[in-house]
Amino acid sequence: MGFDTAYEAISEEHDTGHRWAFGTGFTDPLAGVDTAVPAGVDGIDLAAYCLMLGDDALIMSHRLQQWLARAPELEEEAALANIALDLLGQARLLLSRAGKADGTDRTEDDFAFDRGEREFRNVRITEITDADFASVIARLLVFSTWRLALLARLRASADPVLAAVAGQGVKEITYHRDYAAQWLIRLGDGTEYSHARAVASLAAVTPYVTELFTPTETEARLAAAGVAVNPAELRGEFDEVLAQVLSEAALEWPESPGLAGVSGHTGRDGIHTEAMGYLLAELQSVARALPEATW
Amino acid sequence: MTGGNALEGNVAGDTSQPRSSWPLYEVFLRSKRGLNHVHVGSLHAADATMALHHARDLYTRRNEGVSIWVVRASDITASSPDEKDPFFAPSGDKVYRHPTFYEIPDTVPHI
Repeated sequence: MGFDTAYEAISEEHDTGHRWAFGTGFTDPLAGVDTAVPAGVDGIDLAAYCLMLGDDALIMSHRLQQWLARAPELEEEAALANIALDLLGQARLLLSRAGKADGTDRTEDDFAFDRGEREFRNVRITEITDADFASVIARLLVFSTWRLALLARLRASADPVLAAVAGQGVKEITYHRDYAAQWLIRLGDGTEYSHARAVASLAAVTPYVTELFTPTETEARLAAAGVAVNPAELRGEFDEVLAQVLSEAALEWPESPGLAGVSGHTGRDGIHTEAMGYLLAELQSVARALPEATW
Repeated sequence: MTGGNALEGNVAGDTSQPRSSWPLYEVFLRSKRGLNHVHVGSLHAADATMALHHARDLYTRRNEGVSIWVVRASDITASSPDEKDPFFAPSGDKVYRHPTFYEIPDTVPHI
């Protein structure tokens, strides 16, 4: 909605201003983007990568949605719902892309509702349950800081769709990170009680951090081809941002060896924590009970 | 509406106080450049920064705004319904204050 003069803005013909409450100027992040898989890029690898980033967003979104009607304040509930919706939007684009890239023509719904636990490729930090409000804040801060660093680099991807999704996502995640950072500072630098809760929330989330920066073979291959981002590159920026927030929050990053996977396999390999099965049971319950249902 | 630090005294385990004692903020949105900020509603927040965040989350979800103002409700001085007559009735019969004798060109909106 760019206008050269104020007069142009208010005389815009199709909008009398009476409908302002409904909003105008919605944009499609993929408008004008070439959706063909670029030459020289392996479609199967690209699909696998889209599933990784898409599943991260889908599962994180679902965990955030579980805060609805449980958040400490109505305003925070709306904030968490907005963040969940942003992530769901990213998941939809990425899962749809996966179905096109691997040639199976599967839809976003096929991926979300018809896969079993072992086929989900999300990192485990997205699936774990939140013990309290501080937990969701700490988890969101770690997740958003990491994903923002990732998407910011992904804007230069050789795949125009990934670049476009990243371009849209960076604006969204910047806000998510800011929201979580502000709340962690309030909690950490608040009362003795809120500080203790913040400390506990960080301790709960740190075991899942190492996994965020461990590249899979697929990621390494695609990164070499300029399509993906090698997550190992993100650690420096991540540590810098976290250090800044934690120092303002009067908190310290607890050292943790990182939760081991099963024989070295973690979320990206389809090996998840116990929480994941329950999450999927809820996420997929309607689609499984009423296959093909529409509304 | 009372002012002051509403969070004071609301310590852990103290259930005698209502939990939501954040002060009230009024929210004003500008929907596009050239128009003025319009009052859209109110919300609770611990301070102005949080109020701005909440306003963004509650009132600009559907692309409604390009600018937000938040003001502590207690900082607004409002006219009182009791003063309705002395405040507003005197202008009711002064038709000559309206520029009704001019033709308004079709191309000029918002007048």
